[in-house]
Amino acid sequence: MMSQFLQVLLSGLATGSIYALVAIGFALVWQAAQTINFAQGEFVMLPAFLVLVGLNYFDLPLWGALLFGLAMSILILGAAFKKLVVEPILPHGGITLVIATIALGILIRESVKEFYSAEGQPFPSIFPSDPINIFGAVVSLQDILNLVLSLGIVVLLTLFLNRTRTGRCMQATAQNPAVAEILGVDVKRMVLYTFLINAALAALASFLITPVYLAKFSNGETLGLIAFIAAIIGGFNQIRGALVGGLLIGVLDNLVATYVTAEYRAALPLILLILIILVRPQGILGTPEGRAV
Amino acid sequence: MYSKFALALGTALLTLLGAAQAQEAVEIGVVVELSGAGAPAGTNWRDGIRIAVDEINAEGGILGKPVKVTEYDTQTDPQISRALVQKAIDGSAYAIWGTIYSGSTLVNMLVAQQNSVPQFVGSEAPTIVEKGNPFVFRTSSGAQKGVPALVPYFKDTLKAKKVGVAWVNNEFGRGGRNVFIAEMKKAGIEVLADVPSEQAQTDYASDVSKLKQSGADAVFVYMNQEESARFLIEAKKQGLSMPLVGEVTLTEAKVIELAGPAAEGAIAHVGITATADQVEGIAAFREKFVKTFKRVPTHDAIKGYIGAWTTKYVTELVGKFDGEAFSEKMHGLCLPATKYPRILLDTCWDNRGEMSRPSFMVQVRNGSPVVIGTVPAN
Repeated sequence: MMSQFLQVLLSGLATGSIYALVAIGFALVWQAAQTINFAQGEFVMLPAFLVLVGLNYFDLPLWGALLFGLAMSILILGAAFKKLVVEPILPHGGITLVIATIALGILIRESVKEFYSAEGQPFPSIFPSDPINIFGAVVSLQDILNLVLSLGIVVLLTLFLNRTRTGRCMQATAQNPAVAEILGVDVKRMVLYTFLINAALAALASFLITPVYLAKFSNGETLGLIAFIAAIIGGFNQIRGALVGGLLIGVLDNLVATYVTAEYRAALPLILLILIILVRPQGILGTPEGRAV
Repeated sequence: MYSKFALALGTALLTLLGAAQAQEAVEIGVVVELSGAGAPAGTNWRDGIRIAVDEINAEGGILGKPVKVTEYDTQTDPQISRALVQKAIDGSAYAIWGTIYSGSTLVNMLVAQQNSVPQFVGSEAPTIVEKGNPFVFRTSSGAQKGVPALVPYFKDTLKAKKVGVAWVNNEFGRGGRNVFIAEMKKAGIEVLADVPSEQAQTDYASDVSKLKQSGADAVFVYMNQEESARFLIEAKKQGLSMPLVGEVTLTEAKVIELAGPAAEGAIAHVGITATADQVEGIAAFREKFVKTFKRVPTHDAIKGYIGAWTTKYVTELVGKFDGEAFSEKMHGLCLPATKYPRILLDTCWDNRGEMSRPSFMVQVRNGSPVVIGTVPAN
């Protein structure tokens, strides 16, 4: 029984930490552009297919294909997204940009379906998929390594944002771009960095989750929704909030499916969302944002 | 003079008209899952049909008329499939080939029935042939025939006393699960864990952990292709050690491709498999399919192929394009493979459209399904 609990908890934490990477992306884009990127799920789906292109069309080894996928993701989902979608549309208002990201999501999804078919594709695992024995409990090594890597990335990102000059400039830009510019911060460059980091996080989440979910054009629909809810639950304006939201959904989903009911597991994130909006609208770790008119 | 000329002209016109009529194509609607969760199955079904249609047309078509196929994508949505069957029939389809997902077939087969149009389906839910629809015909046995064939394997080969069942909560999965549980009860085997999952589910951690904890001697896995692959991947991650036995999909080429090493050792009862290359017709079909599509056909490809060829054989037995006469002829019909080679194996249909033919037990070994036994027709 203890072994089952450990495995379920571990699987929940591992999946939740991957949700957290995607949710952090939501928070970063919100802070940089005051908009919600509804193509975020597709930003996680696409890098896996870029890796498959590296493997199958350029005959790269796995590590080479992963680097290719990461670089292409940063280029397409970071730089090109900012230059071709965000910059031209943002002056027309946040809502216009939100609609543009919805359209972008559909475009990415349908393009992948057209190019790579509607069928799921196998995706190689970065980590060994054999289980290991810890104090008598047989648990998944892949889950442990996924969790360690995801949390490691979050810690590094937090250190980068809080302990480096560039990170603090990015935070200043997010809080008040006008004042940051007066103080000599290269605001445009900081915003670009935010988009590049979001693309890299999405790519890493993609590399970790696709070996289990399989590479499929529709993967972004569920992932995007869960990560969006995780970001709201944790607090949309806080990176650590997105982390807490992701882990919470991952763990609760697995525990409820194992010990309560599997039939209503899809409803769980939505129930959590309603509860949080009713009880603490700014999210578990979020801070209230005042808006003046 | 004029009358002779008019007679010659009339004769020539009639001959031309006759020739044109003989060349008028027979329309067939392929209504199948080409996107959505059912795409792996639907794409194979369609490609098996493409091979069959090329062969049929090369052999003079059906009753001298070439076969013209129109493909419709249901997007694995039952309501869309219903509208598309209607659209195909409005386009003068003589027969419908598809769908595969039982949830779709149950909805769309009423349209074909109302229009007296014969329909060959890849669906395996028991309920398909229990609705009294005389125009629906299977291309593989339903779960109520396929799943019982597994009982001797659980009882005598695995000597299982307690089992678990992991199934996808759709029409297909529910049908197979119900038959399996009833058969286990009859065989005196206890079902310890009954674990449903949703169609297109991605995370199987809790499902596998429940089965692992149950203490079952073996697990019956009854899911669609991608779900089966994700289940096998999670089972390997968590070190699920008991034998995993399925019906048809668990050892399919697509599942093995998706699950990779996680599929190793999986066992399934399959109505028909491209790996049964000791059967001459299956080996020839496999070779042609691999050459054309650069991949190994799944059982859905063979089912589509058989549905197309059965349409030709039976229409020619009837001697005319008549849905009602076709339906009447199909009930209780047996087509021996010696006389009708493209049927691949001796096949019979009962008076409900259910089919019966010899089947196989296969196991995944070194990344390929290998036939480990044959099961006689039941």
